[in-house]
Amino acid sequence: MGNSIFDQLPISQYIYLCCVLFAIGLFGVLYRRNAIVLLMCIELMLNAVNLLFAAFSSYMGDSNGQVFVFFIMVVAAAEAAVGLAILVMMYRNTRSTDVSLMDKLKG
Amino acid sequence: MENLLWIILSPLAGFAISGLAGKYLPKGTTGWIASLAVLVSFVLSFSLFNGLLSNPAAIKKEYFTFIGSGNFHVNFALSVDRLTAMMMLIVTGIGFLIHVYSISYMHSDEGFYKFFAFLNLFIFNMLILIMGSNFLMLFFGWEGVGLCSYLLIGFWYQNEAYGKAARKAFVMNRIGDLGLLIGIFLIAWQFGSLDYDKVLDPAKLVAIAPGMITAICVLLFIGAMGKSAQIPLYTWLPDAMAGPTPVSALIHAATMVTAGIYLVVRTHVLFDMSVFAREFVLIIGLCTSILAALIGLKQNDIKKVLAYSTVSQLGFMFIALGSQAYVAAMFHLTTHAFFKALLFLGSGSVIHALDGEQDIRKMGGLRKAMPITFWTFLLGTLAICGFPYFSGFFSKDEILAEVYKHNVVLWALCVGSAGLTCIYMLRVLIVTFWGTFRGSEEQKHHLHESPALITIPLVILAVLSVFGGILNLPPLLSDSIAHGMHHFLSPALNLAEVPEELSPLSQLNLVVVTVVVLALAFWYVRHKYIAKQVVPETDDAMSGMGKVMANKFYVDEIFDASLVEPIEKTSDFTYKWLDRKWIDGLVNSFGKIANAMSNLYGKMQNGNLEYYLLYMVAGIILIVGYNLMK
Repeated sequence: MGNSIFDQLPISQYIYLCCVLFAIGLFGVLYRRNAIVLLMCIELMLNAVNLLFAAFSSYMGDSNGQVFVFFIMVVAAAEAAVGLAILVMMYRNTRSTDVSLMDKLKG
Repeated sequence: MENLLWIILSPLAGFAISGLAGKYLPKGTTGWIASLAVLVSFVLSFSLFNGLLSNPAAIKKEYFTFIGSGNFHVNFALSVDRLTAMMMLIVTGIGFLIHVYSISYMHSDEGFYKFFAFLNLFIFNMLILIMGSNFLMLFFGWEGVGLCSYLLIGFWYQNEAYGKAARKAFVMNRIGDLGLLIGIFLIAWQFGSLDYDKVLDPAKLVAIAPGMITAICVLLFIGAMGKSAQIPLYTWLPDAMAGPTPVSALIHAATMVTAGIYLVVRTHVLFDMSVFAREFVLIIGLCTSILAALIGLKQNDIKKVLAYSTVSQLGFMFIALGSQAYVAAMFHLTTHAFFKALLFLGSGSVIHALDGEQDIRKMGGLRKAMPITFWTFLLGTLAICGFPYFSGFFSKDEILAEVYKHNVVLWALCVGSAGLTCIYMLRVLIVTFWGTFRGSEEQKHHLHESPALITIPLVILAVLSVFGGILNLPPLLSDSIAHGMHHFLSPALNLAEVPEELSPLSQLNLVVVTVVVLALAFWYVRHKYIAKQVVPETDDAMSGMGKVMANKFYVDEIFDASLVEPIEKTSDFTYKWLDRKWIDGLVNSFGKIANAMSNLYGKMQNGNLEYYLLYMVAGIILIVGYNLMK
């Protein structure tokens, strides 16, 4: 634990940043219709959480948080792979990446 | 003796053939098949009867178990003793004559084959009723004849009033049947068996509480009240005249309505133990006999008069039962079956000739047009009036003598009732057959004697009505063949070999009194209807007591106002207010809430991914927010 610039920032700053990033991701998911942007927004939310984990890990002096970060990155990678595969199939079928066209399952 | 089974199977087979194949057989065939089926039963019954004449031991046969539960067994078992044999002869014998009669009477009816199917089914059930060797068999037959009665009263079901009469008969019988059923339950509970042999054993009865025996007797009698049309359950029988006339003759005069008498005679061991039950039977019988006779005085429908007469005569039989004169009751049952079947069939012949007219005010002077019908009807009337040496004279006098032994006041009332019988029957006879014809010209033109198939049964029944008294003559008249029926029935009923007798002098006195009363009645009727040629007034012209009597003492109206209306009002209330408004309202409002909610949530399910995500986020925010607030 040294004197890097990250250590000098108070934890509250990290929390604010993460909240903003998460909110941006969330609103992107809710309001954008392009599936690629959707996936990107999900990544953004995941990474906001990752950052918070890392920040708290450093703040608390506990490495468990960093372990979680790795796990989440693995899950995110898998999710991106599957998501992109779905996206490709979707594009082949509909010639579009607009998710609002995917409403066939409604009751 | 496989004969027993064939006796009941023959009418059942007749029912199956007429019912299933009747539609495809040529018209008329079903009538003969059905008649043949009953004839087979009659012949077999007669051979049984012959056997029993020499050997009084009952013939029993068990076939299979109806109900088996632990130690409690009820078998499908038949048993024929002398009492049963006598009833069988009446049922199948008169039944056969009426079947033959119906072939002609119903020949132009569309439901010809159906009619005979029902008649055969009736004979089958009636035979089960009398031949069964336990109370369950009796109940089986009891319900079966009730069903057939319902089907046949409502035979012309297109007429709504007839349908209602059928329903009325069914419902009123149901009330009586409930009594019978509870009585049977009590018997099963107290005796642990329903077999006549085990229940009607005097040695065992001592162990049963007297109150319980009285209760059983009264309940059984309530069943008899329904089936045999006694106060207060008699009003169905006059309405039952809606059925075709042969049905009235067979079911509602000769056989089914006597089931109540049979029941009491069969269980007389129980009634012997309970004074209260006997007095109850006696009083009900007496009241019914007088009330029905009074109503009969003013009826103008020929069949209604006969119906009330039947009710009145059944009352007479119950009077006999109440005074423990079981043989006298059976004797009157037999002679009544003869002459009442004859009178009904005779009235049917008249109705047939007049093309459905039943109002005696529109008849008159039929004496010359229909001689055979007239003469047989005359003999039947004399028999029911108790004209000396006719069958009714002996049977009624025997009952009167028994009542006299019991109580003089009751005897006087019975004599009065017998006088009334005489008046109303002669009134019908004279108004119908004497005077001038009062119907339409067209009817007058059509007047004709009925065909042979109708007149032959009439003649046979007339012979039986006249000479039926031979079955049980008083010793006053003849020593050698006196008390024939008593001797015949005494082993089956466990009676003394020779009945207790009044002294010849008092017997003679009783007969003289009766004959004087009858003569007075004859004189009154002759004076009113022959000398003055009075025709009963129209419905509007009636007044005073006559109107009350013509309206049957408003008993139906009283029942309507006191029982039917309150029940209808209550059910109307529970239907409209309790059921429709509250219960339905409650259930429906649950449905409405679910419907409204599903409409609301259904809109959320629009298939659009963003909305689902939005709900999810909103949900997460709510959960997290709630947990943070805590």
